[in-house]
Amino acid sequence: MTVADYAFYLFAIVMLVAGVFTVVSRNPVHSVLWLIVTFLTASGLFVLLGAEFVAMLLVIVYVGAVMVLFLFVVMMLDVDFAELKAGMAKYLPFALLIGVVLLLQMGFAFGDWHAAEGADALRRSVTPDAAEVHNTAALGQLMYDDYLMLFQLAGLILLVAMIGAIVLTLRHRSDVKRQNVLKQMYRKPEESFEMKDIKPGQGL
Amino acid sequence: MVGLEHYLTVAAALFVIGIFGLFLNRKNIIIILMSIEMILLSVNINLVAFSSFLGDLTGQIFTMLVLTVAAAEAAIGLAILVSFFRNRGTIDVEDVNVMKG
Repeated sequence: MTVADYAFYLFAIVMLVAGVFTVVSRNPVHSVLWLIVTFLTASGLFVLLGAEFVAMLLVIVYVGAVMVLFLFVVMMLDVDFAELKAGMAKYLPFALLIGVVLLLQMGFAFGDWHAAEGADALRRSVTPDAAEVHNTAALGQLMYDDYLMLFQLAGLILLVAMIGAIVLTLRHRSDVKRQNVLKQMYRKPEESFEMKDIKPGQGL
Repeated sequence: MVGLEHYLTVAAALFVIGIFGLFLNRKNIIIILMSIEMILLSVNINLVAFSSFLGDLTGQIFTMLVLTVAAAEAAIGLAILVSFFRNRGTIDVEDVNVMKG
């Protein structure tokens, strides 16, 4: 076994253990932290597979953005999580049954799995030699060339998600004083102040 | 020697853990969202493993698109969760039974 093989087994075992703890842990904050471990080890697996760019993307996008969002929401909401966990023992047998059935199904499929004859010939975009073109550069060539439309659509999806999230969570509070720029700009001098002619020696 | 089968096995195990989590935490919508993220991660591992062992970069492009959709889904899901919590004061899935804001 080479070092890479040991690294694979390390990452795989840590990832699965962290995945189990994500699901069963009592505190949602711990769940999020275990999920972060899962994603970090998965990015390690991606590095072992030679997909460095996707691995770094996983760290930046998932660990850096999505998981922080989860953590933020978990900590912001004042929820009684103990109550939500109450039914866990009740659901455990059913969940285990579903899991075992799924595993068996995948095992059956796995037992009779083999690559097709002409799979190599059907490759759409053959990976260039890693010594000549780096993974990131090759992916960039492919993405901005063959898959430009999908790339733009992905950007559109992100835009829609951003606007949707803002619209869903925005609320107008009536108890806060706000600046209304247009109202300020359309104010006329005659509405805002008046001249008073004060006689000498009288005062207001 | 670690081959494609090893990666597929790990991804399948992670997928099953995700499904297990969905059924185990039927009430807590935050854990359900995290389980969905885990399922999508296992799909990504499959795509990247096939891409690497077949020598076809398209799988990695698809991984990126799945990643984008997963991030968008998480953002929208959490936004819905926050606005639901504001209205009802709970995040129990079983309370989501009235079709009004």
